[in-house]
Amino acid sequence: MSLLSVDNLSVAFGRVRVVDGVSFSVDRGRTLGIVGESGSGKSVSTLAIMGLLRGASVTGSVTFDGEELVGAPAERLRSLRGARLSMIFQDPLSSLHPFYTVGEQIAEAYRLHKKASRKVAHERAVEMLGEVGIPAPRRRAREHPHRFSGGMRQRVMIAMALACEPDLLIADEPTTALDVTVQAQILELIQRLQSEYGLGIIMITHDLGVVARIADDVLVMYGGRAAERAASARVFDDPRHPYTQGLLASVPGLGRGTEGPGGGRLRAIPGNPPLPSAFPPGCRFHPRCSVALDICATEQPALLGTVRQVACHREGEL
Amino acid sequence: MIVYALRRLGAIALIMLVICAITFAIFYLLPDDPALDACGKSCTSARLADVRHAMGLDQPVLTQFLSYLSGIFAGRTLGTSGLDCAAPCFGYSWQYASPVWDLLLDRLGVSASLAAGAAVLWLVVGVLLGLMAALRKGSLLDRGIVLSALATTSAPVYLIAALLIYFVILQGELLPFPDYQPVLDNPAAWVASLILPWITLAALYAAMYIRLTRASMIETMAEPYIRTARAKGLPERTVVVKHGLRSTMTPILTIFGIDLGGLLAGAMITETMFGLPGLGKLTFDAIGKSDQPVVLGVTLLAALFITLANLVVDLLYGVIDPRVRYA
Repeated sequence: MSLLSVDNLSVAFGRVRVVDGVSFSVDRGRTLGIVGESGSGKSVSTLAIMGLLRGASVTGSVTFDGEELVGAPAERLRSLRGARLSMIFQDPLSSLHPFYTVGEQIAEAYRLHKKASRKVAHERAVEMLGEVGIPAPRRRAREHPHRFSGGMRQRVMIAMALACEPDLLIADEPTTALDVTVQAQILELIQRLQSEYGLGIIMITHDLGVVARIADDVLVMYGGRAAERAASARVFDDPRHPYTQGLLASVPGLGRGTEGPGGGRLRAIPGNPPLPSAFPPGCRFHPRCSVALDICATEQPALLGTVRQVACHREGEL
Repeated sequence: MIVYALRRLGAIALIMLVICAITFAIFYLLPDDPALDACGKSCTSARLADVRHAMGLDQPVLTQFLSYLSGIFAGRTLGTSGLDCAAPCFGYSWQYASPVWDLLLDRLGVSASLAAGAAVLWLVVGVLLGLMAALRKGSLLDRGIVLSALATTSAPVYLIAALLIYFVILQGELLPFPDYQPVLDNPAAWVASLILPWITLAALYAAMYIRLTRASMIETMAEPYIRTARAKGLPERTVVVKHGLRSTMTPILTIFGIDLGGLLAGAMITETMFGLPGLGKLTFDAIGKSDQPVVLGVTLLAALFITLANLVVDLLYGVIDPRVRYA
């Protein structure tokens, strides 16, 4: 049984369905990369799992360690959040409260979930800061977030997320706001902690380099739906969905773009991703797809396949 | 921090000097002649000159100003009248036959009582209602609160005071007409005399605090760190109070300092409507009788309170928000 199983998850705000029937799973010690552009529904899906979406209607099924989370009482979800399900975010500065010391912020969840005393929780915070590689953790625990650099702040976020030793970590673009060298350090840290704690990880990103580096499995999302889902190596060696192919071709050194007929030129996908309020009918990628057929404009392709799943009418011929 | 505070105090002294000069100049330019008022009805030009000389008004304006300034610190004798005005001397009210400073001190307790009580009331009501409106944004409750806030801001303070006097005192006979007693003499009478003025002022100010709290809280609750707090599994009450409200207090504190500082120097209309012998009433009467030394004194006191309140607020920022620490 997977640690987390998401089945046919849909999320709607009013009449606008921003996530439409997405399924995936994550095992302990494994990493799922969810890739997509802004508005593809990747963040919304994970916020729905955490029970952090307000005013949205969430349908489908999310089982975490055998327990159904969709429709679970808010209080139950709250007791899981920060304890067994943790999340880190893109911008570590605005995600940390400016008025409290990092020690206080890390200790807060520990005190709550572990019923620990203030003192014990503070010790835990210091320990975690050391664990994520912050020098002089005892002193730095008493400092406020603005005294930390971007990479250090993300380490603080990670320390906060892992203080209660959760089973699943959802990382929403954790390296996007960081320098490239710092990005690599943070990814390394996440990987080290994963093997230490046996964490299941969902890594949300639009950076294919990050996915290639740490994900075991990849889910490519477009317009609130799954476009392609497979083991990471398969997706990068042999992308099947035209959207995935386009994504890879637009990144240097990752996919076919560098060796393709363009003579090493990067190819951009024409057009812009659709807004959730104006998803096109049929395959949502068809207006931007270079190989679209008539059927693509009318009928939604099913996500088919076993080892790898692709939602494309032309799967098999291309 | 201490260096910063000292530097600010220096700046305040400078501001006070400028305000003092401007106010002094305005009164000098006014057509009102204090000597003429003091001279009385059967005034001859010879008598007027005597009075003017006695009051020191025949001196050049700069001399008058400098003697006013030095009087504040060293005290002075007024003109040739032989009247002694001990430091801090803010001039002499011929109207009340008393040094202005004594008048100010005498009235300050009333205005401070009024300001403090009203401030507590409007702060509690304003922040609480603003918070409720923000958390139920778009609901009927929110609209009701925002609408009533708008209504009370639009209503002039004398209207609120008049309605309260009419319905509570005259019609309802629930309270006697305010007869101010110092809190130490008679706490019950103190409250009874101030409760309606408190409500009047609080109604005026609470509306602004409701709107401010609501706007600031809505903004704060959309911050990523609020999402982090929820992602940690904190109960919603902790998220709202510990993580949300704390950030919201910064803009509220700013306005609060200025409001309170201004009010300490008297709420002119409210005090006059309720006949409270505070600084506002003193100012109102002094303006009516062109008692310039009193108006000048109250103006300086108000300026001092506002600038000091600003300083206190700025220092408190450093306590509330660790990003603001002064070198």
